[in-house]
Amino acid sequence: MISRLAAARAVGVEIAARHAGDVDERARFPKEAFAALKRHKLLGIMIPKSEGGAGAGIAEVVSICHALGRSCASTAMIYAMHQIQVACIVRHSGKNAWQRAFMKRLAKEQLLLASATSESGIGGDVRSSVCAIEERSGRFALTKEASVISYGADCDGILVTARRTPQSPASDQIIVVVPKAGCKLVQRQGWDALGMRGTCSNGYTLEAKGEMAQVLPVPYADVSAQTMLPVSHLVWSALWLGIATDAAARARAFVRSEAKRKPGTTPVGGWRLAEASSLLQLMRSNVVTALRQYEAAMDSEDKLSALPFVVAMNNLKTGSSQMVVQVISQALQICGLAGYRNDSSFSVGRHLRDAHSAALMVNNDRILANTANMLLALREDPELLA
Amino acid sequence: MVGPDQARVRAVLKEIGLLQVSIDALADDADLYAAGLTSHATVNLMLALEEAFDIEFPDRLLRRRTFSSVNAIAESLTEIGPRKEAA
Repeated sequence: MISRLAAARAVGVEIAARHAGDVDERARFPKEAFAALKRHKLLGIMIPKSEGGAGAGIAEVVSICHALGRSCASTAMIYAMHQIQVACIVRHSGKNAWQRAFMKRLAKEQLLLASATSESGIGGDVRSSVCAIEERSGRFALTKEASVISYGADCDGILVTARRTPQSPASDQIIVVVPKAGCKLVQRQGWDALGMRGTCSNGYTLEAKGEMAQVLPVPYADVSAQTMLPVSHLVWSALWLGIATDAAARARAFVRSEAKRKPGTTPVGGWRLAEASSLLQLMRSNVVTALRQYEAAMDSEDKLSALPFVVAMNNLKTGSSQMVVQVISQALQICGLAGYRNDSSFSVGRHLRDAHSAALMVNNDRILANTANMLLALREDPELLA
Repeated sequence: MVGPDQARVRAVLKEIGLLQVSIDALADDADLYAAGLTSHATVNLMLALEEAFDIEFPDRLLRRRTFSSVNAIAESLTEIGPRKEAA
């Protein structure tokens, strides 16, 4: 585990960080970082050993997302989104032979997976679909107006949500694994955004054909509740923590350089740095506690679908996504104009722009509404060490 | 077997109308989620059941499976039992 995390950290520091500015400026895929991640076989680590992977757990992936987030947020986000898809396949493909073979391929060829859950016409609610799978004698066809497929142009496969049949209600969804060779993407929208520019989150019309065995054998509702939501909130929060950690490190370096200039006095930004370090600690605690909760619930569908657990995972996301912006704003205040400039070693502009995506990618207001709904049902409070 | 609870559960489902198809067209063991029940609507269903049966669902029953069919709901109602009146 240490060697893989160390390898990821090295990819972050030596490669992703070096190209992060260019990736951001040109809104391009971080191809150097991903070539290195593939070289170190870090894309298939969660695939079980029986299928040629490393059988790594979620904790290791969370640690890697955190490490990459400190160097290049776009690289970390793409890695995180990929691992969310892998986690869904690993947990929910059952004994399905097609899925087993695909996992083997993923581990061997280090395939990069993307996701097509967003769709025109669903108003941002990814738990409903307009498009539907059309089945004919064991094969399917699917056309989706995917408003966002992050790194769709550079991925090797896409997990696509759709209604189970053309007659199904919008909420009765499946999720299907589509290798790049089995689909056609026509770009409809580009990605010139405030931050996370390297994720290249273009919009596409997606046309896919394939075997019905490519559909995961459980409803997307279960995949979403048991894996996609908790894993997303964990890996995202970990990489946001990474972004905040790097911004705070820049602020700390700034305060130290000020202290050296006037020995014996605490620099003006010192107290604010102390506040930022307290917030950072809170973020870390949130991520680690939620990670332990997920690990404790993983073995049981009941625990994963229990409302207190879902509320905890929602709170992790909404809390982390707000705190990351707060910590970076503190770092900006501490570094002053040196932080505001794009050409200084204390610059936190990219951090701040990247971090503002956190509250929007699955809009916090939507998640808060969902939590508010669940709080109508909850009435017991757990013990401190429960 | 259709117990008295199943009939009352159906009445609640019919009244709040959270499904995309008529509850009359569904068997007691039919998957309500496949019939259009959303996670979000499940909480409204729970509140309606609590009101109709004068009970409270404990946290341990607040999971997807509890509300997955008429039978599943009836089973959980049996598990909860009638509300004990305060002495």
